[in-house]
Amino acid sequence: MIGLTHYLAVSAALFVLGVFGIFLNRRNIIIILMSLELILLAVNINLVAFSAFLHQVHGQIFAMFVLTVAAGEAAIGLAILVIYFRGRGTVAVDQADLMKG
Amino acid sequence: MAAFAFYLFAGLLLTSGLMVITTRNPVHSVLWLILAFFNAAGLFILLGAEFLAMLLVIVYVGAVAVLFLFVVMMLDIDFKALQRGALKNLPLGLAVSGIILTEVLLVATGWQPGQGVIAHEALAGPPEGMTNTQWIGSQLYTRYFFVFSMSGLLLLASMIGAIVLTHRRRIGNRRQDIGTQVARTPAGTLGVGKAGLGQGVEL
Repeated sequence: MIGLTHYLAVSAALFVLGVFGIFLNRRNIIIILMSLELILLAVNINLVAFSAFLHQVHGQIFAMFVLTVAAGEAAIGLAILVIYFRGRGTVAVDQADLMKG
Repeated sequence: MAAFAFYLFAGLLLTSGLMVITTRNPVHSVLWLILAFFNAAGLFILLGAEFLAMLLVIVYVGAVAVLFLFVVMMLDIDFKALQRGALKNLPLGLAVSGIILTEVLLVATGWQPGQGVIAHEALAGPPEGMTNTQWIGSQLYTRYFFVFSMSGLLLLASMIGAIVLTHRRRIGNRRQDIGTQVARTPAGTLGVGKAGLGQGVEL
């Protein structure tokens, strides 16, 4: 019998994969953005799992809002990536602190 | 059968998630990401959230992943140079990820619904004869209407932001100026000149 804990475990593992991906590809901002998508997907699985096992619809509605934020964030992130690449010719973000005071 | 489907979707989801962050080629990363989204949609269907599953396929696979694919293919990025020093962060990453995983699993396995939640559960569930989509709509357009409108505004803001960020006026290209075109008269553009022998015409 698959219970709530199974889904929470999958979601936790996916979340940690996303966090680990940020550490592993610290220079490549494209992979960092994909890791962020994985993290938000894990959050969504969490919300929907609770929604299903507590017989409430609110979790699914909040998952939709998370989906909206994820889509907007991907669009803005990729736009910033494009202008960053235009100015620097690379997407290595570990030297993106040139503008610090 | 449901258990088999769960383990299939969950296993493929975690495998493709791992491949997203470890594959060298970013195009392959995006393709693994798409597989991850599909498997997450499968999990949503198992949970009875069909509408969100379809939304996941449409929004994530159809829009977000394709956007990633566009950017990866559009920019000429030297990904070999980006790989350097990746393993330097491995111990720290493993430590932080291990801590987070342990903590979250402790919470997930030890969680019990509170008294208020249990009391609520009795009168919960979709109203009689309502599908999942109708149930979501009946709440989203009534109780959550303000938040729904705000999320639309958020999408508008991010669209304008993305356009403003990436738009650039190219210098040196010849744009059509309709006002100038319409304002031209024959008197200003046509003239009759005399071409002297062997001298040509001064314009």
